[in-house]
Amino acid sequence: MKYFRSHVLVCVDPECLSKGAHDLIDTLQDEFVSAGLIEEVQVLETSRIGGCVNGPEMVIYPEGVHYIGVTPDDVPFLVDEHFLKGRIVNKFLVSKVATVDEELGPPTSKEVRIVLRNCGQIDPENIEDYIAEDGYMGLAKVLTEMSPDEVIDTVLRSGLRGRGGAGFSTGKKWQFTRMPKNPVKYVVCNADEGDPGAFMNRRVLEGDPHAVIEGMTIAAYAIGAQQGYVYCRAEYPIAVATLNIAIKQARAMGLLGKNILGSDFDFDLEVRIGAGAFVCGEETALIASIEGRRGEPRARPPFPSIQGLWGKPTNVNNVETYANIPQIILNGAEWFAQYGTEKSKGTKTFALAGHLNHTGLVEVPLGITLREIVFDVGGGIKNNKEFKAVQIGGPMGGCVPAEFLDLPIDYESLAQAGTIMGSGGMIVMDNDTCMVDIARYFMDFTQDESCGKCTPCRVGTHRLLEILTRICDGNGVPGDIETLEYLCKEISTNSLCGLGQGAPNPVLSTLHFFLDEYKAHIFEKRCPAKVCRSLIRFEILADPCTGCTVCARNCPVNAITGERRQTHYIDMDTCIRCGICVQVCNFNAIIIE
Amino acid sequence: MTHAKENGTKVVEAVDAAIDHYGSNRNELIPILNEVNRALGFLPAEALSVISQRLHEPKSSLFGVASFYNMLSTKPRGRHIVQFCESAPCHVVGGREVWEALKEEINLEPDETSADGKWTLSTTSCLGLCGVGPVIIIDTDIYGNVDPKKVREILAEYP
Repeated sequence: MKYFRSHVLVCVDPECLSKGAHDLIDTLQDEFVSAGLIEEVQVLETSRIGGCVNGPEMVIYPEGVHYIGVTPDDVPFLVDEHFLKGRIVNKFLVSKVATVDEELGPPTSKEVRIVLRNCGQIDPENIEDYIAEDGYMGLAKVLTEMSPDEVIDTVLRSGLRGRGGAGFSTGKKWQFTRMPKNPVKYVVCNADEGDPGAFMNRRVLEGDPHAVIEGMTIAAYAIGAQQGYVYCRAEYPIAVATLNIAIKQARAMGLLGKNILGSDFDFDLEVRIGAGAFVCGEETALIASIEGRRGEPRARPPFPSIQGLWGKPTNVNNVETYANIPQIILNGAEWFAQYGTEKSKGTKTFALAGHLNHTGLVEVPLGITLREIVFDVGGGIKNNKEFKAVQIGGPMGGCVPAEFLDLPIDYESLAQAGTIMGSGGMIVMDNDTCMVDIARYFMDFTQDESCGKCTPCRVGTHRLLEILTRICDGNGVPGDIETLEYLCKEISTNSLCGLGQGAPNPVLSTLHFFLDEYKAHIFEKRCPAKVCRSLIRFEILADPCTGCTVCARNCPVNAITGERRQTHYIDMDTCIRCGICVQVCNFNAIIIE
Repeated sequence: MTHAKENGTKVVEAVDAAIDHYGSNRNELIPILNEVNRALGFLPAEALSVISQRLHEPKSSLFGVASFYNMLSTKPRGRHIVQFCESAPCHVVGGREVWEALKEEINLEPDETSADGKWTLSTTSCLGLCGVGPVIIIDTDIYGNVDPKKVREILAEYP
């Protein structure tokens, strides 16, 4: 296979053709020959790039520059400027329309984008876009130049660890799955991204599905599998659709199926859709679900690499893990290992949510501090409020307070701080957040999602929730804190899978770092953050209140009375503490106590 | 034809269509259940009986699977399904107020269906749309940046 430093994609839609696209391609080819660049630059035909109004249109990669209105007469100038002098020709440049992407903005200076590099940059429904970004070059390299053992060795040396959360060495997992001499093996992609607040896998599947397909195909080659499954949650209909289009296109191009790229390697992929069960993100539960059973985890060992899908050796990796693979193969293990810390290499995507100025997806080198993520990448706390805590690692993670702001983000440091990497959800909370309420919230989630197989998890999480709810309702009793601690210990030591083992983490970490808040709820019947309904009351201040009646009109339970232009009054017995009145008041006259 | 018989035919048709599409294979159970659930709005006991016969699988095992997954329902549901994203990122940006307003407005508790068969209220796990929370979904329409005031307007769109 030939490598080119640059690709010129010229639109050959009927409209561009009518404006001379073919002449343009011929002239470009001639000019590249005479400039001595024909070995370095490849001219390709592509379908519609832009509006084709001022055609012919072209996109030049790797810069991703979009030119319009180039005629054959302009070609010598363009080739000279762009390809020899390396200057972008503004005359033909399509000014980029600033689109607002609420999920993924342009990278900030502290970011390094490997997994997200193509998201929002290429058309995910067009395999050629991906190929133009060196897509499937990693697979080509593997199939033509590398033995399976060399592939595994490269992944091992890169230091890549599972991005699903547990952080197990990807290379080692591949090694284990390669070892059994079984003619039937499977490659499975865990796209059951269920952690609340984590949506990086969805974005990769929707924005760069081929990277995942290529990563899985390389894994299949390394371990000796012929069939793969992507297990995607049903809450992501667009990701499923995009992935199915991508698989179809890859098959049509011979990048999936029999004799991939003319080699004797066969591999095909199928998408399996979940039906709404968080626990299916656990690998043995996921396998049970693909087999059409209840998604209940089973004891390990045997690990899936020995006995997985339908009893066969199965390699299960996360979406993000697979999406890293093509780049590692293409650029080398050392390139990847330059990012990160000694034990945690590469980058990690995080989904920033909560009270931040810039929420959305980011990709940062591991080892970056929490402070850098919150204040530099995330733009600091919204409305100039104070940082209180960040919940990292999803429902099995913990809350990390301000004193850990200089904590480097890597697998080991996070574990020391009482949380986990998880899939990379980060919920940043300001001072108006009640930590008991947050713990209660997460327990509500886990008790709902517990599959019920292990009694400590099934019953224990329910009991934790009951106690936390009681505390939030102002009915906490002395001894509750000790009971919580006892239950947490029993649940985490006596549950089979990561869900039960990690379920107490939100409670344990908030108990550890925010014990005062628990005490205020239980002993003083007070919610310091003014969040817990039963412990707060609303009051209308006489001075700022103009008697505009807007609060009374919006109150869903008619708890507010008062004459027009007179101070209004809230009847706390009727009030359901929904807070609508505070939101609608234009004079900040309603306070929460 | 009686009403019951008519329903029975509908159930058999839905099951047959799903099994034709995915194949009469125990491994395909979840896609089959998903499809029947979509076609009929829920999984009636008769549907599980028919699937049980077709796949030669005990009904108890099918019910075990059907009741395990949130997206499969063994109870009838309303014409419009209102789902509220109960995940933490939505929760911390005002989701709870939206949830209260939603319950108030359609007068239902989670997993209840209104007497007139119009609404079913339920919660959903994270939809990954955290950038625009709080989020609610009605049938397949997604609404982001919802606040309690908008709830009434949004619901009014549905006949």
